[in-house]
Amino acid sequence: MGTVTLRPPPARVQEAVARLRAGTVGNLARALAGNRKALVGSAMLAFFAFCALFPGVLAADDPNAEIYARGAAPSAAHLLGTTSYGQDVFSQLIWGTRQSLVIAVVVGGLATVLSVAIGVTAAYLGGIADDVLSLFTDVFLVIPAFPLIVVIAAYSKNGGDTILIAVLVATGWSYGARQLRSQALSLRSRDFLVAAKLRGERRWRIVVFEILPTMTSLIVANFLGAALYAVLAAAGLQFIGLGNPSSMSWGTMLYWAENNEALQAGMPLWAVMPGVAIAMLGGAFSLLNFAFDEIGNPALRPVRRARGRRHP
Amino acid sequence: MRYVLRRLGFFVVTLWSCLTINFVLPRLMPGNPAIAMMARFRGRVNGQVLHALEIAFGVNTRQSEIAQYFGYLGNTLTGHLGVSLTFFPNTVLQVVRSAILWTVVLVGVTTIIGFVLGTLIGMISGWRRGSKLDSILPPVFVVTSAFPYFFVALLLLLAFSITLGWTPLGFGYSNTDTIGWTWHFVGDVLDHAILPACTILVTSIGGWILTMRNNMITTLAEDYVRMARAKGLSPARIMVDYAGRNAILPNLTGFAMSLGFVVSGAILVEYVFSYPGLGYMLLEAVQNEDFALMQTLFLLITIAVLVAILVVDFVTLVLDPRTRSEK
Repeated sequence: MGTVTLRPPPARVQEAVARLRAGTVGNLARALAGNRKALVGSAMLAFFAFCALFPGVLAADDPNAEIYARGAAPSAAHLLGTTSYGQDVFSQLIWGTRQSLVIAVVVGGLATVLSVAIGVTAAYLGGIADDVLSLFTDVFLVIPAFPLIVVIAAYSKNGGDTILIAVLVATGWSYGARQLRSQALSLRSRDFLVAAKLRGERRWRIVVFEILPTMTSLIVANFLGAALYAVLAAAGLQFIGLGNPSSMSWGTMLYWAENNEALQAGMPLWAVMPGVAIAMLGGAFSLLNFAFDEIGNPALRPVRRARGRRHP
Repeated sequence: MRYVLRRLGFFVVTLWSCLTINFVLPRLMPGNPAIAMMARFRGRVNGQVLHALEIAFGVNTRQSEIAQYFGYLGNTLTGHLGVSLTFFPNTVLQVVRSAILWTVVLVGVTTIIGFVLGTLIGMISGWRRGSKLDSILPPVFVVTSAFPYFFVALLLLLAFSITLGWTPLGFGYSNTDTIGWTWHFVGDVLDHAILPACTILVTSIGGWILTMRNNMITTLAEDYVRMARAKGLSPARIMVDYAGRNAILPNLTGFAMSLGFVVSGAILVEYVFSYPGLGYMLLEAVQNEDFALMQTLFLLITIAVLVAILVVDFVTLVLDPRTRSEK
């Protein structure tokens, strides 16, 4: 073992690593590791990611196979019992993770990109462009999203997941855009932006390399918020039967459970567990969001010592 | 004055966007889905009503899109919203009138209670940071606000209606009751409203608590709060009159902006409890492909949210001198 000598990495790499450590990304990671809410949230999310990637490891039964006893109570063979069609509830729950998580991440990502594009552009351009974009944002913010989704889903019956994702993105970006706009607005007159402008940097370069990195925590918080919204809205839509009823997801499970009156018929776990899963996934996003709020705004971090000084 | 005009302008623009969405959507979809609905109407309604529906959905009409658009706007603004397919001989307007009061009372009252309660809890937990109250209530309610509305509704239904049998399974009142202002009927309505109301409270209160708490913490660092302390004012007065009064303003704006979310959730709550309000009716209309009713309900829900926002705007006008001095 002792014969291996580690050569120090080239100076350029060292420098880059140091910059990264000192920079926003490093700060963010460190702040995350030191925050209990963030840790719990990340752990929950990691568990769901595992279920989504390798459902077969946890649940060996085919989630769609209607081969077991109907409406059976929980047992060693069927941890959460079976549905009135004779499907394994536990298996459905694990296999359903994938769709819910994919919708959350895709919608969260796309909606965040849209809110960054519109919010930051509005703040940076100012003037009439800002007025128009802000009005646009506010209108989208105020129109109740869920009824709109329901209306669109009703017209495009069985439109598939692409339409679902498109609709969720279209209704989910406005809140973030508003927040990002006001944050970017407060940055506009900062010295480092004036300096970049004087250096003759191009506009898009200033936006991408100077403004966006300072807003990392808010952008991440927005992603989490949008993802949470997507989880809840998609589940709600599937629950009322406007999703694809043959897809394997928690919302669809709830739809079939409700249709078969699982609560009254003595199969409460069939209806309750997908809800618990949705709530846990939502809770994970929500906890991370709470943590990012604290990271982004140091004033909100839990007080430890400073308390005595505050209240003399 | 300018502030008032701007807010009224926003009201009009949003309303117009909504009308336009209603007009454009059925035309955007491949194979206009309204055609099937129109086919079911044929022969059942008189020509004039049918014609109005054709304009609204762009079926069987040789008019240009622009003429259709203005025809539709005119019909809608004058209250000619068409007939409902689900509740057939009734017009959409009649159907809606029976549902609106239920939603306004349930969702309106609960939202206001939730906001007031959430703001109070947020104010106190921001004031006493790190106290027991502060370390329990905000995190708990932030987590419950991530619960899907319908899930909370199902859980409450399972616990209180099915297992314990304390509350009815759904609907707004008992079938055996006669509707009227009798104590018995009012009590019955409250009995039916309590679970839906609790659902909305549990899922919406977290947001108000968190924003108010965070605003409060920011406000407490201000100089005027320190000065109030230096003057030796009572803590309660500093908390309410100095910090709370200023912290509530952003919360009020947030309230207006997130009303849409609350209403969205309330639709699912109404669905689970079969509560005879606008949301339940909306889903009923969707299931029956009753697009005229569906469009109107979407419009009405939006108008309800817009009116509430307008009210909040005027409250802000009273509470925040800055909006008044804006020249």
